[in-house]
Amino acid sequence: MSKRVVIDPITRIEGHLRVEVEVDDNNVITKAWSSSTLWRGIEVILKGRTPMDVGLIVQRICGVCTYSHYRCGTEAVENALGVKIPLNAKYLRGIMQASLFMHDHIVQFYHLHGLDWVDVVSALSADPALAAKVAMNYSDKPIAAGEGELKAVQERVKGLVETGKLGPFANAYWGNGTYRFTPEQNLIALSHYLKALEIQRVAAEMLAIFGGKSPHPQSIVVGGVTSVRDMLSPARLQEWQQKHAIVQDFIERAYQADIIMAAEAFGAEASVLGGVNVNNFLSGEDFITADGEYLFKQGVILNGDLANVLDIDPSLIKEDVTHAWYKADGPQHPYEGTTIPEYTGFIERDTVYGKLPTVNGSGKYSWVKSPRYQDEPVEVGPLACLLVNYARGNQAVVNLVDGFLARTGLPIDALFTTLGRTAARMLQVKLVGESCLKTFEALLVNIQSDESTYVKPEIDSSRVYEGYSMIEAPRGMLSHWIRIKGAKVENYQAVVPTTWNAGPVDVNGKMGPYEASLIGLKLEDPTKPLEVIRIIHSFDPCMACSVHVMDYKKHTLGQFKIDSNGF
Amino acid sequence: MDTHAALYKQGKDRLDYLRQFAQRQPVSLQQKMADIGISRRDFIKWTASVTAMFALPLPFSNLVAEAAELADRVPLIWLHMAECTGCSESLIRTDTPNLDTLIFDHISLEYHETLMAAAGWQAEENLENALETYKGRYLLAVEGAIPTANNGTFLTVGCKGHTGLHIVKEAAKNAAAIISVGTCAAFGGVQAAAPNPTGAKGVYEVVDKPVINLGGCPPSEKNIVGTLMYFIMFGKLPALDMFNRPKWAYGARVHDNCERRGRFDAGEFVEEFGDEGAKEGYCLYKMGCKGPYTYNNCPTERFNHHTSWPVLAGHGCMGCSEPDFWDDMADFEKPLGRQLLHGLDATADTIGAVILGAAAVGIGAHAVISVFAKPLEE
Repeated sequence: MSKRVVIDPITRIEGHLRVEVEVDDNNVITKAWSSSTLWRGIEVILKGRTPMDVGLIVQRICGVCTYSHYRCGTEAVENALGVKIPLNAKYLRGIMQASLFMHDHIVQFYHLHGLDWVDVVSALSADPALAAKVAMNYSDKPIAAGEGELKAVQERVKGLVETGKLGPFANAYWGNGTYRFTPEQNLIALSHYLKALEIQRVAAEMLAIFGGKSPHPQSIVVGGVTSVRDMLSPARLQEWQQKHAIVQDFIERAYQADIIMAAEAFGAEASVLGGVNVNNFLSGEDFITADGEYLFKQGVILNGDLANVLDIDPSLIKEDVTHAWYKADGPQHPYEGTTIPEYTGFIERDTVYGKLPTVNGSGKYSWVKSPRYQDEPVEVGPLACLLVNYARGNQAVVNLVDGFLARTGLPIDALFTTLGRTAARMLQVKLVGESCLKTFEALLVNIQSDESTYVKPEIDSSRVYEGYSMIEAPRGMLSHWIRIKGAKVENYQAVVPTTWNAGPVDVNGKMGPYEASLIGLKLEDPTKPLEVIRIIHSFDPCMACSVHVMDYKKHTLGQFKIDSNGF
Repeated sequence: MDTHAALYKQGKDRLDYLRQFAQRQPVSLQQKMADIGISRRDFIKWTASVTAMFALPLPFSNLVAEAAELADRVPLIWLHMAECTGCSESLIRTDTPNLDTLIFDHISLEYHETLMAAAGWQAEENLENALETYKGRYLLAVEGAIPTANNGTFLTVGCKGHTGLHIVKEAAKNAAAIISVGTCAAFGGVQAAAPNPTGAKGVYEVVDKPVINLGGCPPSEKNIVGTLMYFIMFGKLPALDMFNRPKWAYGARVHDNCERRGRFDAGEFVEEFGDEGAKEGYCLYKMGCKGPYTYNNCPTERFNHHTSWPVLAGHGCMGCSEPDFWDDMADFEKPLGRQLLHGLDATADTIGAVILGAAAVGIGAHAVISVFAKPLEE
């Protein structure tokens, strides 16, 4: 008899996500559904507004990868208007982007994903002296892993536990057999969880130096950047550099060490060895290091064929809504899309927790659309970025990946796993952190002779403009598409990383990466589905990003009329 | 009894009330801080900074210290509605106190989807247990607007598939106080901008209880944590302005305390991003700064551990702590000019017109003419 498991809310992510799975008698997942349960309508709201405000508004799509949307939206407008921004602006945007990645990946691993790997309760029985020695196996100079520090962390958490109240740690899946760290390894990682709270604050300050604040920085505009005084201030520049050193140090001595430790401990754990069941990957060109040079190259891998990386053809991107809560006649290119909401709700049925509303897998069941590249589902994110660049022979990536595999003794196939996806995020940010010093140096050289940061954009209100931008957000390739008419936004579309990964089944019955990654996974206890959470978190879900709408020139806002009695 | 003495007594009474409840943690706060290397001296400095932030006399720092020791008895339930998680991101950047100190020592964080370890069914259990166990005592923080169109089904949360609207109403029933964190929860925010396709509303519009509105997209970490601490210390809502925002944080216009205010008064304006004025730090009014219409402490408290704020980064204030700012204050890079907002421009226009008419010269006149002449022409 198959059993239905409902997991909602998926916590420790951005936004609202429901995952349902069906397990067979052996508790192996045979079916999976991923559903986003919030719709906000930001792209509808953009219509009729000035293109100059687009960046500020689309930034509110997400408060986590906040800067990514800000930049992508602004650059889509620049692309449409044909604005060529000054080199200084490119460098500053690149430096802010690197700062965001350093913040994002640390928070994602430690505070969102970490507790899927780290058993907090187990850490309480660790021997801090032994743990301090264990830490030396993974880094020559461990951070926050001395005996005294570990003891203090342990006592602090014990204080919570002994009162019978775990606060934010309460009622989790502690004790699950797929936790593989020893008590000492758990204690080290727990200590890093707390240390990372402090480090992420410093990383956010890096972005705020040139961004004005974080989240939701406010220093880029169509035509350039506004933080010209910060750029010209030696005090500000060295402030960024000093904070960068602190964060990069943590990435090398804690984050990297913990991933190596996880690779060792979880290397034979069945529940993390699968999880990459869509073998198509897509990644964009990004991270400027010098005029016209970028850290990462763009490309598409289809059917896992690393020998043939294709260039991205933007015309091959389409979105399908067969199982999403919208009406449409078939898959549509971003420039040809429509959005007519059609909410159909849930269906009551038996689950492992009793009778509950559940998704209707044969009908519509999510506010996320299903983007497809050449009709195929595609995974985006740090793993896709590393694979595309590895396959293209990008030397920095090849050296890094080979070094990691040699250090952990894992074969290259280990990358195509949940563990590999989590490791790829660390490897990507380590590289981004190193590489952005080149961008910083390039900026320092350039401002000696060129202080320009802005080019005034011109809009002809009698013309129609169309443009898009593709960048790498922390969760993968992000694209924004705009049409401008009468100097106003006529149409807007964002195809975001989490949409690529989290979308429902398409018209051809093909599952997206989230759903496909869960098929075949065996659960220790279906009522406590830790393994599902761990795989889904390895994608770093960002649901507010993924729930977007589009409209097309023939459709007026009247078609979004909301009837209080339902559609 | 003067106001401060009365306030001090209220604080004392509140703390006495809290003392009735069993201490949750066996080790004293002092001991815990000593264990992690925070000295008594550091702690006193912290209490003084919190006291200063509330613009209270120094003796109040004793209350802050006492409150901090008792603070873990105030349970916090934090709900996510239609939002982008930016406010939670702002919360995790808090440094006074930092987040782990806040969670371990100051509050009892019962439910927070971005931070909690539990998921799914078990997360929902945590919420139900907390609502029941701490009836009448918990602080409810809401992040995000409440979609109300289509019976609220634009947002559902949890295995039971309840709408956000339903969840907020239930949680509000027995809350000791409700805090709308950020402009979305306070006033509907970006999803409530025209044409508001999901019927998004602020929390105060869907519950029939007083709500503290922390405007801001997002509010600074200081405004979020400062408001929590106020409740913990005094057991009541702080003094609020016309939009139910705490006066201690939203009592003055951004323009009033702006570091570029002197430039405004001197008539020195950035005319185009990246120009010489931009390099010199001239006033951003002509670049669309909404500081004159916006109430917040951004210029004094800044963001991210005092690192910066938009005007320091050369971009005008966009007015993000004000209701309906997405509609009322757009275009964000153009001055509002003659629009009426909080009555300010009416006065300014009048004065500007008078001075223009008189063709007066001088610093003040220069300022007003420079600011308002151009928008008037447009």
